[in-house]
Order: sequence, then C-alpha cells, then structure tokens
Amino acid sequence: MVKVRIPTPLRPLTGGKSEVEAPASDVQSMIESLDTQFPGLKERVCDDKGEIRRFVNIYLNEEDIRFLKGKATPLKDGDEVSIVPAIAGGAHPGKGNA
Amino acid sequence: MPSAKTIDKIKGLVCRECGKEYPAVSLHVCDMCFGPLEVQYNYKAIKAALSRKTIEAGPKSLWRYVDLLPIQGEPTAGLHAGLTPLVRAHNLGAELGLDTLYLKNDTVNHPTLSFKDRVVSVALTRARELGYDTVACASTGNLANSVAAHAAAAKMQCYVFIPHDLEASKVLGNLVYRPNVVEVEGNYDDVNRLCSEIAGEHKWAFVNVNIRPYYAEGSKTLAYEIVEQLGWLAPDHIIVPMASGSLLTKVWKGLNEFHQLGLIDRLSTKVHGAQAEGCSPIAAAYKQGRDFFKPVKPNTIAKSLAIGNPADGYYALKATAESGGAMDAVTDDEIVEGMTLLAQTEGIFAETAGGVTIGVLKKLVKQGVLKRTDTTVALITGNGLKTQEAVMNAVGRPTRISASLVDFQKTFHLGKHER
Repeated sequence: MVKVRIPTPLRPLTGGKSEVEAPASDVQSMIESLDTQFPGLKERVCDDKGEIRRFVNIYLNEEDIRFLKGKATPLKDGDEVSIVPAIAGGAHPGKGNA
Repeated sequence: MPSAKTIDKIKGLVCRECGKEYPAVSLHVCDMCFGPLEVQYNYKAIKAALSRKTIEAGPKSLWRYVDLLPIQGEPTAGLHAGLTPLVRAHNLGAELGLDTLYLKNDTVNHPTLSFKDRVVSVALTRARELGYDTVACASTGNLANSVAAHAAAAKMQCYVFIPHDLEASKVLGNLVYRPNVVEVEGNYDDVNRLCSEIAGEHKWAFVNVNIRPYYAEGSKTLAYEIVEQLGWLAPDHIIVPMASGSLLTKVWKGLNEFHQLGLIDRLSTKVHGAQAEGCSPIAAAYKQGRDFFKPVKPNTIAKSLAIGNPADGYYALKATAESGGAMDAVTDDEIVEGMTLLAQTEGIFAETAGGVTIGVLKKLVKQGVLKRTDTTVALITGNGLKTQEAVMNAVGRPTRISASLVDFQKTFHLGKHER
C-alpha cells in the first residue's frame, strides 16, 4: 500500500479525503487503482492518451516523478505520493458578470 | 480608430491544454485538467477592423493596440503606459559585433519604470470591468510597484505581497503609494503559493493569479511596438529576460498575431530567452533538451527574475523552439558587467534583469547564434535606480576635492594652459 495525498480540487472524487491508500507497484498501477476506488480520477490526472497531464505534478517522497521514471516509477509499501496541480488554484468566478 | 466598443473581440477563456472553454471571468486554471487559461479572441472581427493605419492613428501609448487587448470597454487604468523608445544601439552594437542592434527601453515606462506598467494597465482595466474594488499581486518587486501606483490613481484598495529580501528602492517604491505592503518570509514561490490561497478566500483581483489570463496579454504590446517602430518589420532576433516565462511567450504570440492579421508580411523572428544562472530552470531545461523543468531555489542578484517554479516555463520553451531561438544563462558577475556595459555604451541604466539580457546577448553573439548583420532587439525591462545594491561596488566613488580651482586642476592633472 502507498499513501496518496489528494489535492483539494480532486477531493470531491475521494469523498473529501485528503489522503487515501492504494495498492500499487508503480505510478501507473497506482493511478489505475485510484480510478477503481474513485471513478473519474484518472481522467483528471491523465490525458486521453493516458499520459500524466502537463500541469499535474506527481511527487514520490518529494521528488517529481518526471525526474524518476515517469509512470513507470516503481513504488513500494509505505511510499508517500502527492498529486499536486502545477498552478495553484484558489480562484473564484469573479464578482461581476462581464 | 475603431473603438473597442464596436468590436466584440473577446470570445471567452480557453484552456491551453485541453481546450475546455469558459466565459471571460476571473479564472486562471482549468477545473478539468489544471492547465492555464488563455483569452480567446474573435480574430475575424478584429481583422476586419484593424489596419496599420488605424493603429498609427491611435493614442501614443500601448492602447493604440486596444483591439488586441482583452478589455471590453475603454481603458480606465495606465492610460500613458507603453510606447517606450526603441533605441538604435550603435555603441553597444559596435562593442558586441552587431551592426543593427536595438534596445526596447522599458526602463522609462510610465509610471513605474518597468514593463510591468503594460500588464498592470490591462489587468486593472479588466479588474474594474469585472467589478472588483481591491487589487493585489504576488511580486518580485516591479509588479508590486506598478500595481500600487495604478491602484492609487484608480482609487482602489490594494495589497501587494513581496519576498522579504527585496532591494530597498523596490520596497520604498511600494510604500510611497500607501498600499498594504506584505513582506512574506520566503522567496517569490512561497509568496505566490500564499497568494493563490488568499485568492481563494477573498474576492480580490490578484492581477497575476485570477486575472492572469488578461494581465499577461499586456506583454504582447512589447512585440507590437517593436514591429511598428521598425517600420512594420519583425526583427531577426528578440532577446527576452525570463522569470515566469510569460513575457517571452507573449512576445512570440504578439508577433504571430501581427503576422496572421496581415500587419506584417513576413515573420522569421527567433525569440531567445535569458536567465540568471542562480535561477535558470527554463534555460537549464532548454540546454538539456527537456520540455519540463526542475524547480530551483533562487540565488541571484537578479531578484526580479528569481522565480524558481516558473508558471509559463513550458510555454516559453515551446515558443523558443517554434521560433528557432536559443536560451542561455549568466552569472551574477556577468549581470553586473552587462549593466555597466549598457550604461557606459548607451547611457541606459537598467536593473539587474537588463544585465541578464545584455549578458546573454553577448553570449549568443559569441556562439554565432546572432550574426553581425542580423537585426537584433534586446528587451530592457526595468530601471537600474531600483536595484542600486547590485552595482554599488562596481561603479567607483566620486572624486572629492576642496572647493578650489587649483585643487581641481591638480587632482585631474589639468594645467592652466590645457584649457
């Protein structure tokens, strides 16, 4: 099992949980497992070719997996993975209607 | 001049990554894929209304390009920003081996002496259109100065957030306008993260957070002005300093818009990116042939460029690649050399970012990327009076004498007969 930190905008999919667990041997299988538990999560994190979206960062123990082996980055029990949108959100749809 | 009112130019916002469309509100991240949002224009209507003549008949400010800027009505902030001099740099060109070198001199932008007066003019006008009465920003200094000044003139509430270790003049250049100046213990990336959180809690127009899609478009006017000032020609090269990478991306966009709208016949400009070695995540990715970058902890005197996690890094890499340009980085010593060289050859006192641009310009000539006969434009984006600390130890001291003619002539080895 690996621990996965879920960012605020994806928490509606995880029932509000900020941290979940997933059985996984690598990042790819972690995403599949999360999508089974929380349907719809994969399409938010991956594009239609299955590649991790450019503005979604996934960190394994603080290291961006792009600098490891990407989706093939191996995971072991107890690893901590964070999913973090590259551009912090926090916007609201404005005051006016313009 | 076709007034902005007569053209329905803004279609809405669109995600640069997945293409999802949104209305033109204050929003900057796609809620589907987390990509950045960009303003989508109705280019067909714009093309029908816009020509070299209509632009030339416009105001002597960046608002002559209002038809390509994302506001719906008339501009209400920064009415005098832009249209800064394009200086033919004969002396610096001779020094570096470039016959046709120009400097786009935003050290004299109105009113706060940096290119940020461009983006803030657009951002504040748009923020008012969207109904905001409070503006804010996360800044490395110049942006805060510009937001504070424009907010004072527009009588808006203002909060500017800066890192705790900025140059004295950049801090003072906020305080004088009486905004709420918030000095955050941390670097720009910490400030930016905090501001994203604050933007979620308070209904403020954060010019470079939730207003970013509109704000960033103001940078296109640098490209427009260069082309118009060269007599409706795009140069062979433009050298652009990079912090978030947004400026470079928008300069490239501006050139392409002018080309697509038929305002220039030919576009073969190469856009080059310049960073300081102490904070060069984008240039490092370029050198390693990657289209993604590793965020860094900045450590450079070029504080205005000290963004370790650049929001538009990917698009800057893409724009440089599309244009056939290059990227490079210079050391702090090279930055100071660049600043003093620019001052001593052209009489232009630029801030540290200008030193970065000149340093990289010099490198690109040496590498053969820029040829002697190429028309080259370097963007000088901020004023040296704001970063005096950087050159304080590199400019010598005044020569002190008593108030005596003899003392003067003796000190400077000038005999009476030498008059």
